[in-house]
Amino acid sequence: MTIPYVAVNTKSSRKFERQAEYAPDDFHAHLFELEHEGEWIVQRVPEPYVEVMTKYGRTKKIPMELTWHHKSCGQCGHIPGYSTAIFWINRKLGFKYIDPTDQTSCTAWNYYASATSNAAAQAGVGMRNFAAAYETGYFPLIHCGTSYGHYKEMREQLLHHEDIRHQVRDVMKKLGKPMVMPEEIVHYSEWIHAVRDRIAAQQTRDFSKIAVAIHPACHYYKLVQEDAIYDPDIYGGQRTATVSGTVMALGAEVRDYSTWFDCCGFGFRHILVQRDFTRSFATRRKIQVMMDEANPDVVISHDTGCVTTLDKSQFVGKAHGLNVGVPVMSDAQFAALAMGAHPYRVCQLHWHSTDYKPLLEKMGIDHEAAWAEFQEDLQKLKSGEKQYLSWEDVG
Amino acid sequence: MGLFADKYPEVPLAEKERLWAEVKADSRFPAYLYGCYECGICVASCPSARFYDFSPRKIAQAAAREDLELIYEQMNDDVWNCSQCFSCNRCPRQNSPGGLITIIREVAVKNGLKSAKHALEGYGRVIYKIMGTGTQVSPDMLQPDAFPDWGPQVRDVSAELDLWRRALPPETLHTTSTGWQVDEKTIIELYLIWHHTNVMDMIAEVDEGLFMILNDVMEEKLEEAGYEI
Repeated sequence: MTIPYVAVNTKSSRKFERQAEYAPDDFHAHLFELEHEGEWIVQRVPEPYVEVMTKYGRTKKIPMELTWHHKSCGQCGHIPGYSTAIFWINRKLGFKYIDPTDQTSCTAWNYYASATSNAAAQAGVGMRNFAAAYETGYFPLIHCGTSYGHYKEMREQLLHHEDIRHQVRDVMKKLGKPMVMPEEIVHYSEWIHAVRDRIAAQQTRDFSKIAVAIHPACHYYKLVQEDAIYDPDIYGGQRTATVSGTVMALGAEVRDYSTWFDCCGFGFRHILVQRDFTRSFATRRKIQVMMDEANPDVVISHDTGCVTTLDKSQFVGKAHGLNVGVPVMSDAQFAALAMGAHPYRVCQLHWHSTDYKPLLEKMGIDHEAAWAEFQEDLQKLKSGEKQYLSWEDVG
Repeated sequence: MGLFADKYPEVPLAEKERLWAEVKADSRFPAYLYGCYECGICVASCPSARFYDFSPRKIAQAAAREDLELIYEQMNDDVWNCSQCFSCNRCPRQNSPGGLITIIREVAVKNGLKSAKHALEGYGRVIYKIMGTGTQVSPDMLQPDAFPDWGPQVRDVSAELDLWRRALPPETLHTTSTGWQVDEKTIIELYLIWHHTNVMDMIAEVDEGLFMILNDVMEEKLEEAGYEI
């Protein structure tokens, strides 16, 4: 059944009120108690930080800089403009950060796909990464929504299960690493949300005519949901404020659609070896519904799997004559474009499958000229004049 | 006898009971199951329920009733359909059918069930990649014959891979066989985690060939680094 566009976009009369009575206990008391007992070190959020409100009203500190970037497998591997845009925004805002090589994947994509691991191993991987961040003095900023959700679950398990905590402590001892738990587990989209006004202050492109449909990432707000950012002024607090808040700050129009709560169809195992499910769900329950109800110029999400799934699944949908054909990118790429980033040198949109050119035109970007510039870069790399494209090259 | 016909009568009840006991023994189990209103909110939000004959409500129900026959059937026929999106966490009773499935899958793998081996067929190369290199997917996986349904753009990426990777400003992303550059020391530490948390035993149960390959790769690097496993 198709829900009329007007019905979907009519404002709800419901008023968002934080239901503090449903709020789980703030984990910090236990976190610091365990630190006091010598079980681990709590890495404090470095100053300056921004305070944001979570679902039930707990204040969460988001660091502005001195961040250790916990990169994402799918972002780096298949949509590298995603990670590049996050770094580029940091540089434009003049924030210090580390892009580490002493970092592994959280390995949660594999865990949720194949279950060929266990709670202690997963916590061991996470705590090794946290220790590596601590050793640099920089604070972990998690790029992937699944890493973020998984690490929050890991924190719950380590807080409440002594057996897992001690098993991990033994492993860390063998690695010669300290047990470190960050004061907050922070997703990059929370960081973008926290600095969105600074991003908007450096905006060079007008996005007022850009209509956006947002896909909130499941593992951002469905896992340990009390930790996600909600704001009554953003979407009436009916869903997480990250991404929506950023898109609104950049002056674009956020358009609603009825299946916003649905997952993208990634499925972890399915996206790699059973994509009939992924394709069908992504196109029929997400993209086609967005197109029918909201007709957006672009779909913005804040997780690796969602951007991949919603972007790559449309090719077959098109072949089947479905109402698909909308570009998909991350809030980081969208924000970077607003700040004047190059669509190819920074946002690396040539790695995306859907046609983003009409969107770039609407943003006032001459994509043909931009592509020609990028081809010149490639020529320099081919000829050996340059080995790599550097930050200095991309502006 | 549970509410459903036993689909696996040839498997002794004691074996089904043993596997269920392993699920219940997981320290996360009590936090994933509190009871069930049968409201169906989890099913309404479940992507897999729209595509497969699959129900997160049935998972919670069977676990709450301790219906051994049905749990065994789910362990073999249902759990691999789950998307692990955790939309079902919106349960008003605070159940997590997705969390229960994570544990049930782990038990299926640990015990080398045939259905788990079948579900993971074709997935071994990904396990090899993540356990061996520390990143889950790599740019060189983008081959047109592996992702024909992602359209012609995959062919472009594949054809220009080395060049396009060098055109990335972050210094860590110039790799093609891993998502980013990972230090050798970091990889060694990852291998130690796999060995010290029994993950290698799980791999041996579910894919002996993969275990042998991974073990060879890891042993060599660990020995070079002065570790003996």
